[in-house]
Parts: sequence; structure tokens; C-alpha cells
Amino acid sequence: MTIIEPQPEESRHGHAGGDVASEDLIGQVGAPTGNGHIARGESGDDGHFTTHFDEPSLDYSVTETKITEETREEMRQIAARYPQARSALLPMLHLVQSVEGRVTPAGIEACADQLGISTAEVSGVVTFYTMYKRRPVGEYHVGVCTTALCAIVGGDEVFAALRDHLEIGNDETTADGKITLEHIECNAACDLAPVMMINWEFFDNTTPEIAKDLVDRLRAGEEVTATRGARVCTWKQAERVLAGFPDGRADEGPTSAPPSVLGLRIAREHGWSAPPVPEPHAQPDAREEGR
Amino acid sequence: MTNSSTGHDSAPPTEHSLLTPVLTENWGDERAWKLTNYERRGGYGALRKALDMDPGDVVTIVKDSGLRGRGGAGFPTGMKWGFIPQDNPKPKYLVVNADESEPGTCKDIPLMMASPHTLVEGVIISAYAIRSNYAFIYVRGEVLQVVRRLQQAVREAYSAGYAGKNILGTGYDMEIIVHAGAGAYICGEETALLDSLEGRRGQPRLRPPFPAVAGLYASPTVINNVESIASVPCILDRGADWFTSMGTEKSKGMTIYSLSGHVANPGQFEAPLGITLRQLLDLAGGMREGHELKFWTPGGSSTPMLTAEHLDIPLDYEGVAAVKSMLGTKALQCFDETTSVVRTVLRWTEFYKHESCGKCTPCREGTWWLVQILKRMEAGQGQEGDIEKLLDLCENILGRSFCALGDGATSPITSAIAYFRDEFEAAMHTPAWELFPYERSTIFVREPVGAGA
Repeated sequence: MTIIEPQPEESRHGHAGGDVASEDLIGQVGAPTGNGHIARGESGDDGHFTTHFDEPSLDYSVTETKITEETREEMRQIAARYPQARSALLPMLHLVQSVEGRVTPAGIEACADQLGISTAEVSGVVTFYTMYKRRPVGEYHVGVCTTALCAIVGGDEVFAALRDHLEIGNDETTADGKITLEHIECNAACDLAPVMMINWEFFDNTTPEIAKDLVDRLRAGEEVTATRGARVCTWKQAERVLAGFPDGRADEGPTSAPPSVLGLRIAREHGWSAPPVPEPHAQPDAREEGR
Repeated sequence: MTNSSTGHDSAPPTEHSLLTPVLTENWGDERAWKLTNYERRGGYGALRKALDMDPGDVVTIVKDSGLRGRGGAGFPTGMKWGFIPQDNPKPKYLVVNADESEPGTCKDIPLMMASPHTLVEGVIISAYAIRSNYAFIYVRGEVLQVVRRLQQAVREAYSAGYAGKNILGTGYDMEIIVHAGAGAYICGEETALLDSLEGRRGQPRLRPPFPAVAGLYASPTVINNVESIASVPCILDRGADWFTSMGTEKSKGMTIYSLSGHVANPGQFEAPLGITLRQLLDLAGGMREGHELKFWTPGGSSTPMLTAEHLDIPLDYEGVAAVKSMLGTKALQCFDETTSVVRTVLRWTEFYKHESCGKCTPCREGTWWLVQILKRMEAGQGQEGDIEKLLDLCENILGRSFCALGDGATSPITSAIAYFRDEFEAAMHTPAWELFPYERSTIFVREPVGAGA
């Protein structure tokens, strides 16, 4: 459908990946605005066929790029990790986001050049995955889980509280560029519900009050620390880690959250343990060493 | 019913160990994720043992252990490994599915957070067993600290000579690559995961050929869940007989059960397969005070829901199948009587609609229609025939797509209608939020907010 090339604004239709063609949902350049998407937790139905593919198309009006030769060299390093270079595309796109703050047309071209594939193939991948953002993301991406269990035990209220407090809708960014709010799907911490993620760090057992306080502190420039993880870095820095470039924060945070070790604690209180190893019997002989 | 020894009320809680921490044993340790702390508990001893054996014998031990896949389907792990053709000249690959995203499922993430080396050691042993020189850990991208700890654990393993060239002087070479995904539930489906790992949109492949024959890069590939691979070191270390001394007749060993929802004390519980929800709830202090269990999932939202009448079924592969559900990921999401079934099912269905990859028409279109109908039912505006329409749609999705996502999308709906049809009937005239005021379902202490009834 659309070819990834800078286009005049009036002809910008359809999605980069060509997956959905609902023109009324194409975003406006520059200004991240609501697009009628009904946030979770609200009742009502706008009747639109909305999916996560219905994000605005790439913003072709922006032609400057922060991608440098150094970025390209890092892309080559990523590609070298894999038996086949194309496997590097997902981490390469994370790297693009760490440099550009979103996926840009220039970033797509750089990936395509590096891998010897078309920009359409790269765009097709970009539009498939929810973590790839086509609009600028704030310094802090705040995700509130609103899949069934989290939603019901309080996630809906947390999301609504943040939406009202920040005065932005789902997938929108505060005017100061600090906070992007998004309702996310199950993030695998259901025993710690309701769960909120800030730049993909766990903030377990959250409440509307805790959530509002956290975003206030972030907007005031304070450092916040995950309940189960590290000091929160910026969204771009997080994307760089996901691209496979460590930032030295692996040793921060606890081993586990208290609920993760609840069974262990109960077992110890009762003196319960796995059975002992049965009486030794004929073990397989050590054969010649493998290869 | 299976003739499991556990699973009945009579089991006295003394003497008998209801819980058997193995994988979770070091989760309370200070900095358990560091190599030195893992080694202090005997870590990487199983690897040394395995490398002294013929790879085929490692496969045999895992087969003998009866270990079955912990990611949902319960396929025997050793048998899966045995399907890898050893006469195929192409490289063989091991891929760990660490894309934990099934709603309710929360066991692999804490495992990798607390003890990534348990997984890494399992990866090296498993790769050796199938004679693979390349292993990938495909971890979902939305868990930054887990990605960091995995990356660090792999680096530590390389430095210690457990991975890389000439592992522990045996001449065996093996590379491990930690690969972060980018947000797509479908990539937990093994063939979609492979496409994603090849740098494509994560869409499932038609099978056959199965990954064992033509997987990653069209080469023989084993794909296993995190918990399955993490169970390999203890099996090598303590033996197949030890492992089979836990569990039930066809469901051997211990596993991690994740209790969540309206439970007094949610959390992770490692127990032999076959424990019951009643036993687990007793340990967790029951449902939250003053409330009772209404419905629950045995293994994530894709496994048909069950009710209080199923509290005593053994939570093993056969026991749960006997009540027309699936053990799945052992994600025991418990909801109390304040919860609207219609609302819950709508939310799960929205999840499937959002996550449908779009490849197969019944799933792509069907989930959209299911959401439309459930939305109006939540608002009390269900129309005559809607229940039948939901069931009809489900019938037309089930078994008609490449992968199990579509099937999973039908499970909450058909099971909810089977057990709570009256609530769907009520959805013809009364909004769910009037029948079940939503603020009653939240678990945090309520400030006076004055949310509308």
C-alpha cells in the first residue's frame, strides 16, 4: 500500500505496514492527540474498529535524525550476535527507539540498509509489535495493566486516576514531554496486582494514590525506584538495554517480591521440603566426553 | 477422576510435605541472581554431570523423569527432544520461550528475576542433550530488570567457562543469546515465536512441518518453556527417580502454582503436581476476608474457568482435563462473589482481540464480534439471541485457526456461559456495574472517592 518515503502531508494515508486502512484514525503530524480511542475502564462504544494497529502512521514530516555512524556500527554489532542477520531486527528497532525516542522513517531505512531488506518489510514488523512507537514517547512510559484480573482488583481505577490527574488519554503524552500513559496487557505479575510499569520496571501492588504520587515525582525530576527492579532510567535508556547494551543496573532491587516467596516461607515454617534423593542405584556410567 | 494420592480432603497436613520448594528454593536468598550465590548452592554441578554423559543419556534421563511441558500444553519434554533428527546436517537450535504473557501467568518472570542461572544452566544442559550449539532465550521485552539479569547471568556463564567455546574443557561449544521481544502475546505461540526470532511479524506457521524438523531458519528446533528448562538441572542432579517420587501417576514432579486475585495472600507455591486448589487456598489464608470463591482459572485465561465445585480436583494434567479444562500454566486466578463474570469475560476477550495476529479470519474477525456483543452485554443492553450468537461464534472460531489463540479466546466465554448463564441473561436488561458494583471488587483500601454506582 504505502511506500515508506517522505510524503507531502496531504497524501499521507494508510498505515506504514498497510495493515489497516481506517483513514479517520490516522494521526495528526506533530501533535499527539486523542483519536477517539475509548480508554479501557470506560463504558461506552464508539463503534469504531479499533485495534492496536490503529496507531497513527509514521510521522514523515520529521526528516532530521539522530542516527549516526555510531548507531549503524551498533546495529552491525547486534546483527553479529545472530546466525542470520535478520534475527537482529527486533533489537535493532529497540536501538532505533533508544536514539530517536520512537521509530522514525530514518530508523526504518537504517535497519533496512543494514539487513538488505526493504523498508516495507521493516515497517511491517514495526507496526506489528506494541512496544514500537510511531509517535514520540515521553521520558517515562507509564503502563497500567488493565487485563481482566488487574483491572478488576483495581487497575481500572489506577488508570482512570492517572488519566484524570495527567489530563491525557490512553497512548498520549503530557505537554511537558515527561509522561506517556498507556493501558497495557497482562505483564506477568498477577500475584502482585494491580500492576503498573514505568519504563518496563515493576511497580507492584499499586493504588491510585501511589500512581499519582509517582508520576508527580517523575515530573518534578525526582528519581524513583521500582518495587521489584532498579532505579528507573529514561525510556530511551531502557530501550537501549532491550537492544542488548547493558547499563549496569542488573544488581539493583530485590531478589523477589514477598508474594514470590510466600510458598517458600510457608514450607520452611512447616519443615516441608522436596523428598530426599532415593537410595543410590546403578548410575549411567560416564561415557566418553561429548564431542 | 485420576487415582492420585493427593487431592482428597483426608490428607493430613502434618508429616506429608504439601509444598516442595526446588526451583523456588533460592528465591529468598540475598542476591540469588549472582553466579557465586548460585554456585554456593551447588549450581552448575548438574552441568558437569551432564557433560560427563553421552547427550543421548541426558535425553533418556529427562524422558524417564516424566517431565512435561510447563508452558501449557504438557507435552513430554524428553520426547520432544527425541524428535530432533540427529542425521539432519543443518544446525540444531534450542529456543526458550520466556515470553510469559498468558493472562494470570506469573511464574517464569519471578524465576528469571530471582535465579536466572537456574534457567541458564538448564539451557546449556538441554542444548548439549539435543546436540545444539546455539540457544536463544526469547524473553518478552516488557520486563526490563528480568532482561538485565538474564543478560548478566549469560555473561557470567561465559566468563566461568560454562558457555562459549570448549565448555569446561570438554570441546563442546555453545552460544546463548538473550533476545528481547517487543510486545506481542502471540509470540508465546511457538511458531510465531520463531518467526519473530527471525525478525518478522510474529505470526504462527502451519504445522506440519513441526519445529523439531523445520523450526528456526528451517532447521531442527526445540522450543521449551522457562520452567521446563529450569527443571532440567535438578533432574540431572537428583535423578529421574527422585523427580518421579513427586506428583501423580502421569503428572510427575513438582511445579510452580501461582495464586492471584481475591486471595487473602496471593503468591507462588511450589508443590507436587496433583495438589488441589482447596489445599493451596488454605495455605494462602483463603479468599480475602468475608468473601467466597466464585470462579477461577486453572492455568490462565485460555483454560476454561471452574467454580467452587472444583476445589478438590487434583491440579495435574489429567485431573483438570477431566473437568473439561486444562492445567495450562497453573495460573490460578481466583475471583470472589463481587466479580461480574460478564465484565471479566469481556476484558479477556478484548485481550484476545488486541492480541490476535490477524492471520486467520475466524480469530481476527471472530474476536472482534465477540467484543462487540460482550460490550453491549456489560452495559445491560444485550439483545435477544446474543448468548446463542456468542456460542455460535465460538463454535466457528474453535479449531479453525492456525494456532491456539483463537481456541483460547473461546474458553472463557463458553465456560462462563456454562456456569453462569443467568448473568448473561441479566445482561439483557441490567448493566454489570449495577449488578456487581465494580468498586467492591478492588482490593485496595478505599478512600472516599464517590465513584458512581
